[in-house]
Amino acid sequence: MEVVLVVLEMTGEEIAPSSLPAITFAQRLVERWGAVFDVLVLAGPRAGGIGGAAISFGARTVWCASADALAHPTADSAAAVCRLAMAASGASCLVGAASSFGKDMLPRAAELADLPMVSDVIALAPDASGRRFQRPMYAGNITATVEISERAAAFSVRASAFEAPRRSAAQSEVREVAFEAANLPRGTEWISADAPMQTRPDLTSARVVVSGGRPLRDAETFERLLGGLADTLGGAVGATRAAVDGGLAPNELQIGQTGKVVAPALYIAAGISGSVQHLAGMKDSGVIVAINTDPDAPIFEVADYGLVADLHQAVPELTRTLSSARPGAPAPRVEKPQG
Amino acid sequence: MKVIVPVKRVPDPYGRVRLNASGALDLADIKWVVNPFDEIALEEAVRMRERGAAVEIVAVSVGTAECEPILRTALAMGADRAVLIESAEGVGDSSTVARMLHAVIARELPDLVLMGKQAIDDDNGQVGGRVAARWGAPQATFASAIEVSTDGKSATITREVDSGRETLRVTLPAVITTDLRLNEPRYVALPAILRARSKPLDRIAAATLGEMPAARLSVVRMEAPESRRRGRRVGSVAELVSALRDEAKVI
Ligand SMILES: Cc1cc2nc3c(=O)[nH]c(=O)nc-3n(C[C@H](O)[C@H](O)[C@H](O)COP(=O)(O)OP(=O)(O)OC[C@H]3O[C@@H](n4cnc5c(N)ncnc54)[C@H](O)[C@@H]3O)c2cc1C
Ligand SMILES: Nc1ncnc2c1ncn2[C@@H]1O[C@H](COP(=O)(O)O)[C@@H](O)[C@H]1O
Repeated sequence: MEVVLVVLEMTGEEIAPSSLPAITFAQRLVERWGAVFDVLVLAGPRAGGIGGAAISFGARTVWCASADALAHPTADSAAAVCRLAMAASGASCLVGAASSFGKDMLPRAAELADLPMVSDVIALAPDASGRRFQRPMYAGNITATVEISERAAAFSVRASAFEAPRRSAAQSEVREVAFEAANLPRGTEWISADAPMQTRPDLTSARVVVSGGRPLRDAETFERLLGGLADTLGGAVGATRAAVDGGLAPNELQIGQTGKVVAPALYIAAGISGSVQHLAGMKDSGVIVAINTDPDAPIFEVADYGLVADLHQAVPELTRTLSSARPGAPAPRVEKPQG
Repeated sequence: MKVIVPVKRVPDPYGRVRLNASGALDLADIKWVVNPFDEIALEEAVRMRERGAAVEIVAVSVGTAECEPILRTALAMGADRAVLIESAEGVGDSSTVARMLHAVIARELPDLVLMGKQAIDDDNGQVGGRVAARWGAPQATFASAIEVSTDGKSATITREVDSGRETLRVTLPAVITTDLRLNEPRYVALPAILRARSKPLDRIAAATLGEMPAARLSVVRMEAPESRRRGRRVGSVAELVSALRDEAKVI
């Protein structure tokens, strides 16, 4: 029977919710294969306690690897520990979220374990072999069905394509991965992180994303207009590559083929042309709103509601209308459509 | 210092990619270019040399003879020589590409392998980490700044990550993959293109690099994703708000 090992990620001393869709994928995979899955938690010296948070998803075993060096796991050390945990659990597959952590570490771990890898898997294909999966290619212009030759592979899972994992009544056993911390690779040294405090919901799991492009002009305008609207809606802020390159928004807000992939219930695109690279990161959103001065902008082809307008007027007006319409606020002065 | 830059031939990111009637890539109107992230890697290597750090830059591509033009572009951008690992039967999967690149790395013994974080055709993003693992070298992916120490023994890298930025130090030799903000590749002028014609471009038959395992990942079908239903125009912010509230019910 195959064993699938899911590697989870930490934010601080908690399991990152954004890495849980990897468990959802594993649950479906083992259901199809009649296999079992284990979970691996990599963390600093306190990993043991943290493992307890992962025991209710139906994993056979939750493996904890703790060492000072894993408080900020580098790809070198994380991949080495995955290799050891795969050996300890007898796993033939390794699964993780397609986050910056997973995209960094999983290919290295796949090579150490001599496995093929399906990047950015979005679905299990309905195929009798159970070895076919779907993934986007060419900036999402093509959906490919790929096949692995055996039931042995690594997978990075596109979080926006999978819901949260099922909880299970049975609890997993918790075990330690045995290893000598001194033997972990030491060619990479973690120096520092520059991670701004998050006051808004996580971009990749937010229900609403307000996103902006090049015409926002400067960082102050970007934050005032889009941040203001996002806060009114309880949403997150996103950006195009052009906005990030131009210094209007920090890199962690970039949405697209080479940035983050989001699928919120509502995506508001202000001053965004709708390049294929940007669409790749947001076209699976529930409802898309586009605000653009150019009536022929490609973004309108994917928008449910298109407003041809100058964002410098339309966005503040939208924010005002919505905040005055909130419960407890004075009744909005919305004109009734004629007819 | 010797820097190897693996470069992949990909369709122009600003062109349209379509499938033909038989579900294969429609090759008719495709303009082929150097993968944009590999261009950034080349530019960074050239800047290292301009700062006096890099001594020799070798561009390497795995593919068919059709990759020669992009290797010439790499030479025009400033690579000193190019190597084509020629594989007529296709390049296999990411694992076989990594093996072939590693075979050349093991011969050339560079101090640094500088490559793209992802090829924008297959969007796999695997080869960097695989090459590093096979070579037993440290890796720093998604670099937006690279500083090589004056003794050439280590490099400090700023990485773009989901939470913001992160700084790592790696001992060399190492593999570093590039992100968009690392630099803006220069425009290649005609004299450089002409000079590139006389720079060395070696061909190595993939078969001479040793036994390669068969690909274990294959694409069995490609299709266009379901397109979104086209929506409608709204005439004002007020109309937008009522549509979102009463029709779409998302606010
Ligand atoms: C390798 C590669 C990777 C890339 N990866 C990504 C990625 O991950 N994500 C991404 O977003 N891009 C990516 N890009 C860039 C992409 O090709 C586009 O250049 C980019 O998305 C354009 O951003 P934009 O829409 O902000 O700017 P523009 O294309 O310049 O569009 C600005 C839009 O704003 C409109 N506008 C102007 N003024 C106003 C106003 N006052 N009010 C309202 N509307 C106005 C204009 O009509 C226009 O449609 C990538 C490109 C490459 C080559
Ligand atoms: N066929 C190839 N030849 C040379 N380099 C390649 C090839 N395929 C991938 N690479 C390198 O690996 C990086 C990541 O590619 P990928 O893992 O395929 O997304 C690219 O940016 C290139 O630097």
